[in-house]
Amino acid sequence: MYKADNDDILVINGREFSSRLFVGTGKFSSTQAMVDAVKASDSQMVTVALRRVELDNPQDDIMSALAELPILILPNTSGARDAEEAVRLAKIARAAGCEPWIKLEVTPDPNYLLPDPVETLKAAEILVNDGFTVLPYIHADPVLAKRLQDVGVHAVMPLGSPIGSNQGIKTRSSIEIIIEQARVPVVVDAGLGTASHAAEAMEMGADAVLVNTAIAISNDPARMAHSFMLGTVAGREAFLAGIPAKRKKAAASSPLTGFLRD
Amino acid sequence: MSFYDIFKEMDYGDIREALADKSKNDVITALNKEKLTHDDLLALLSPVAAEFIEDMAQRAHEITRRRFGRTMGLYTPLYLSNECTNSCVYCGFSIDNRVGRVTLTVDEALREAKVIHDAGFRDILLVSGEAPNIIGIDYLAEVISRLREHFASIAVEVYPLTTEGYSRIVEAGCDGLTVYQETYDEVLYEKMHPKGKKRDFIHRLETPDRGGAAGVRRIGVGALMGLGDWRVDCAFLAAHASYLTKKYWKSKISVSFPRMRPAEGGFKPLSVVSDQNLVQAITALRIYLNDVGLVLSTREGAELRDNLVRLGITHMSAGSRTNPGGYLVEPDSCEQFEVEDTRSPAVVAKRLTELGFDPVFKDWEAV
Repeated sequence: MYKADNDDILVINGREFSSRLFVGTGKFSSTQAMVDAVKASDSQMVTVALRRVELDNPQDDIMSALAELPILILPNTSGARDAEEAVRLAKIARAAGCEPWIKLEVTPDPNYLLPDPVETLKAAEILVNDGFTVLPYIHADPVLAKRLQDVGVHAVMPLGSPIGSNQGIKTRSSIEIIIEQARVPVVVDAGLGTASHAAEAMEMGADAVLVNTAIAISNDPARMAHSFMLGTVAGREAFLAGIPAKRKKAAASSPLTGFLRD
Repeated sequence: MSFYDIFKEMDYGDIREALADKSKNDVITALNKEKLTHDDLLALLSPVAAEFIEDMAQRAHEITRRRFGRTMGLYTPLYLSNECTNSCVYCGFSIDNRVGRVTLTVDEALREAKVIHDAGFRDILLVSGEAPNIIGIDYLAEVISRLREHFASIAVEVYPLTTEGYSRIVEAGCDGLTVYQETYDEVLYEKMHPKGKKRDFIHRLETPDRGGAAGVRRIGVGALMGLGDWRVDCAFLAAHASYLTKKYWKSKISVSFPRMRPAEGGFKPLSVVSDQNLVQAITALRIYLNDVGLVLSTREGAELRDNLVRLGITHMSAGSRTNPGGYLVEPDSCEQFEVEDTRSPAVVAKRLTELGFDPVFKDWEAV
């Protein structure tokens, strides 16, 4: 059986990840269902909303269940309406003993949870200067991605489509530009509704994808998580193999004019 | 501009007529749309939509699962006082009822809150009648600031405050506000509220605007089901929630469906709202407003609540006492209304788990 090259490692701020699928922990029917899905995903980076957990409670369901797994817990600032709130949330997480990694979400609109670019940039700069590894959730805006890289973020996380919408990659052309120009890993976040969407992102050259809703609300979250793992791996493998360019005309694998040498 | 400007353009009688004119075709058209207009909502609230109740339920279930996941927010009320200067004809706290009046001291409120905290809640709703001389802003601000370190989320359902009043309590740590208009029928409203400050219909109608202007994060509106015409009131309620969502775009808007319950004073509901009517109201609002929180209290019984959680509800109270001191310090004081679902928070949480929902006791981190 063919064995894939396992030197394909994702590095974010010096830390190595062999899985390129990040998963979220919201919207599950139980902590157990969430843990089963995380395990099935093979993910090594799992994001947790600080608003949902009690960091000062060692018995907190979600945190204690995740502590058992071989993953990096990536706290997120979900619910923060501005830079100040996001920075305070990040500091609360670090003070409670979380590693200083933060998924920066500044989403003043509580319905579509679209990120505020101005406040995100402001918070990113403060947190980077304070020693955090910062992974900001952004709209697929190539210039904002550059501005964030200029202040020293360690990855950018553009959205494929509105969070929870399962619409797949509607922002394709902008994400292509972000990937083309990025100096840090690009993680496609939000809107990925099924395994083929993850494969599509990876084939485009994204460094990783983050998935939550599609897994959490499926009828069999663990199985869906597994499918996203396969989709992510499949897309990455195709990207590494070198995807042949699309042509307008058919190109025969045994050309009829091959005998014409010179 | 406030919601009153929109309200003025709507007419209770006209909406009632529009509801009566809706056809089955209108319902089918509405159900086939991705984004519904207010007129489509009227079709779903109309009498002819009753036969599409299963379709509406399926649609509401699907939307809610997608937008909110398999979770259910839980909270519980802490009644601070049953003093009231109003005479709402349906309410146990009416000034006209000769009942024992109790107001908790700040320390008593904290002792009550400890019982609530020990049951697992981190989301608490402070409730009182309208008695600003007894339950003043200073008192509220002090209770809130003392509760802040124990609760992630503190909301109030007290009398309408001014914008400055809301700013004070937001500063103290309050992040939520609930105020029911009771009915959007101005004429009926006047009859139901013969005395007290609550007589001022417009002042009450603009309360969510004042809270929104003060930066309250979560704003809840509602109409008392069984007072006015529930279909018309729900049409107004949806317009109100839609307006608030657009204007105070940083706040999360929620809608409640309190059905009238027996209370001190013996008031009988003016109209009967059946379980089927309640389901129609809940599912219609969910289909029209995909993102609003839909709240269900312990006014409803356990069996019905267990069935409604799959139809669009996102938040529920549990283990509620509706009298000041009801958890510990004054268990026999007068209650606002009789609770129907008397299960403990632990039992409700366990049942939600069995039904495939993660009971969420904490969903905010005050910063």
